[in-house]
Amino acid sequence: MTAMKPTLPPLTERSNVLRWLRRNLFGSWMDALLTILGALIVYWVVKGFLTWALVTADWRVVAANMRLLMIGQYPIAQAYRLWIGLAFLMFLSGNSLGIWARQSRFGPVLLLAPALLALLPFGAEPRKWLIILTVTGLAGWGLGLLRPEVLKRSVIAGWVISLPIFILLTRGFSESASGFMPAVQTNLWGGLLLTFLLTVVGILFSFPIGVLLALGRRSELPVIRLASVGYIELVRGVPLITILFMAQLMLPLFLPPNVTIDRVLRAMVGITLFSAAYLAENVRGGLQAIPKGQFEAAHALGLNGAQTMIFIILPQALRLIIPILVGQFIAVFKDTALVAIVGLLDLVGIARTVLAQPEFLGRQREVYAFISLIYWLLSYGMSYLSQQLEERLGVGKR
Amino acid sequence: MQRVEKQKTTIPFWRDERILGVLGQAIFVFVVLFVGWLIYQNMKAGLAKQGITLSYSFLKGISGFDIAESLFAYNRSSSYWQAYLAGLLNTLSVSIVGVIFATILGVVLGVARLSTNFIINRLAAFYLELIRNLSLLVFLIFWYLGVFLKLPLVNEAIIWPGDIILSNRGVGIPWGIPTASFPTFRLILLAGFIFALIVFFSLLAYSRRTGRAPLTSLWTLAAFLLVGLTGWFALPEKPLVLDLPFVKGLNLSGGKILSPEFMALTSGLVLYTSAFIGEVVRAGIVSVSKGQVEASRALGLNGFQTLRLIVFPQAMRVIIPPLTSQYLNLIKNSSLAIAVGYPDVFYVSNTIQNQTGRAVEMISMVMLTYLIFSLITSVFMNWYNQKIKLVER
Repeated sequence: MTAMKPTLPPLTERSNVLRWLRRNLFGSWMDALLTILGALIVYWVVKGFLTWALVTADWRVVAANMRLLMIGQYPIAQAYRLWIGLAFLMFLSGNSLGIWARQSRFGPVLLLAPALLALLPFGAEPRKWLIILTVTGLAGWGLGLLRPEVLKRSVIAGWVISLPIFILLTRGFSESASGFMPAVQTNLWGGLLLTFLLTVVGILFSFPIGVLLALGRRSELPVIRLASVGYIELVRGVPLITILFMAQLMLPLFLPPNVTIDRVLRAMVGITLFSAAYLAENVRGGLQAIPKGQFEAAHALGLNGAQTMIFIILPQALRLIIPILVGQFIAVFKDTALVAIVGLLDLVGIARTVLAQPEFLGRQREVYAFISLIYWLLSYGMSYLSQQLEERLGVGKR
Repeated sequence: MQRVEKQKTTIPFWRDERILGVLGQAIFVFVVLFVGWLIYQNMKAGLAKQGITLSYSFLKGISGFDIAESLFAYNRSSSYWQAYLAGLLNTLSVSIVGVIFATILGVVLGVARLSTNFIINRLAAFYLELIRNLSLLVFLIFWYLGVFLKLPLVNEAIIWPGDIILSNRGVGIPWGIPTASFPTFRLILLAGFIFALIVFFSLLAYSRRTGRAPLTSLWTLAAFLLVGLTGWFALPEKPLVLDLPFVKGLNLSGGKILSPEFMALTSGLVLYTSAFIGEVVRAGIVSVSKGQVEASRALGLNGFQTLRLIVFPQAMRVIIPPLTSQYLNLIKNSSLAIAVGYPDVFYVSNTIQNQTGRAVEMISMVMLTYLIFSLITSVFMNWYNQKIKLVER
């Protein structure tokens, strides 16, 4: 055996509990004082929180209203459509993880999460569907592992059509109540479902607008540049809530009298227009980081302006700003909460309905803590995924 | 004439980039104007159906509603315009208080995040991760409904050392009441301010002339305090008397009573924004390379001098631009006051709009107000940034 023994650091550098403590916690008097103070804060916060969460708090308000918080007043008889949509998304996620992230330990954890959730005290129906979610996710994962090359294209196609499919399933087809998949009006969409749809629609539609605005801001044509700069600065200078109010109150005025758009759609328009301006600035940052040589080389190869942008510049620029884009997406997700102020029943809006129930008066802390937890988990999950994606694409390593 | 036509034949006009550019822009302008005209026509027709013509003259009318807190004398017989102004001042006060406290807390967090002390470091990291992934609106509502309205009733109020009274009617803190000599004291403070400015500029000139770096801000502050304190003790009657809050019946009285709405809004905004500022400060300090510190130590500067003359100025260059956008975010986010019922400019304008039906006017006014706020802040910060920017060859 010629394998080298790992060289041990010198004796004085080896880790040792006491030395670690001295270096990290009790380096000097000041340090020791801070450590004690910090420990007291930790003790006080943890004790206070645990006492509240485990003893004082009454979580029945959340358990009893789980359906309301998740899908609002969406008719229970039609809820299976949402589950089918989710199962489709789960299949795609599993498939993608199997194809592109086979070594990642995160994949299986994500796929098993619904089954773990099923251990919580839900009814029989959600439990059944949660297990189906895990099964479809794992099936997609397995297929992805077995046939990665064959499935690559179909997965991408699947993601492209996933949003229209999900919205179609949510909305329904037939106008009569007895028909196949009767339509569910948007005023019944609510809870996390509405938050999710607002976020996804906002992100997807603001993306192309944002890219166009960023290109417009760098354009050599003065009118286009001025218009882009004007739009971006105007939107970035005002709070989202004013834009949402404008979308709710003024959008109907702007349209011809025979055109009506419902309140959910108005909120979607508002969020999209708002997010596009911020996205444009992020994309501009990426465009600025591309060296001039790339433009010149593309021109030398005979590509015209549009081709240069689409095939050479944008792919590089967008890759550069992936972390920033994810940050922007998280911001949109958190900002959708504001639609509660204009009266939509998203996750935050529905909380008011829950708290108005006479048997759960005064349970504000539990309800809002639970909603915060959902926001936190999803935001944190997205930023964690983006870090993984960043590593995979090698941002900053090329 | 002949030559121009010849050129035209060599490059057909539909492939000449200059002509295409002009043409494209002309079409763009036309489309924008046309859509704008359509929207305007629709709006006019829609408003006419409601019997409204666009005009701001309604602002002179009597508002007829109360505003819970206002910095000047406002009542329900004041005009809409005064109501708007009261809301505007409330927005300003929340923003200023919020920016100050968020900066202090943010700097502490940023430094704590870089501490070598394990517990302090982890604690700051935990705080940043926790806050940055929450939704501000939920956070604010939680502070309002879950904390400040859940404080005990006035007759069971918690009293903290320093005579701070916490109750569900608000938080009472000690406050100064101006006495007869206060106007004189104000003049003395103004004199102190001018004196401090003189000290500041003469020190600046001194440092330019000699190349030394005196503790400019410290001396300026000392000059101001010197004049102020001399005035405070020299006046026959103290310009301010301390007024402690106390419980009176079912309400708080005396001192300064901060409403639960104000407390929820400011504490929520401060705690939320400070997490982002903490991250900005951390990034700024990290951006100063270690070599700078080592070089300055090698030149014989001590720890404090290194921090003041080497690290701090360089870190500031990195910190200022993102810090500006955090300040702007705080100001814009203060419009969420409507969720906790604090009468800021947006809340008041919403009330006005509900009463009068003047949606277009009120929304445009609020947007313009926020745009002006943003403009002023960014002009100031750009000026400051210009001043501290690296002067390159």
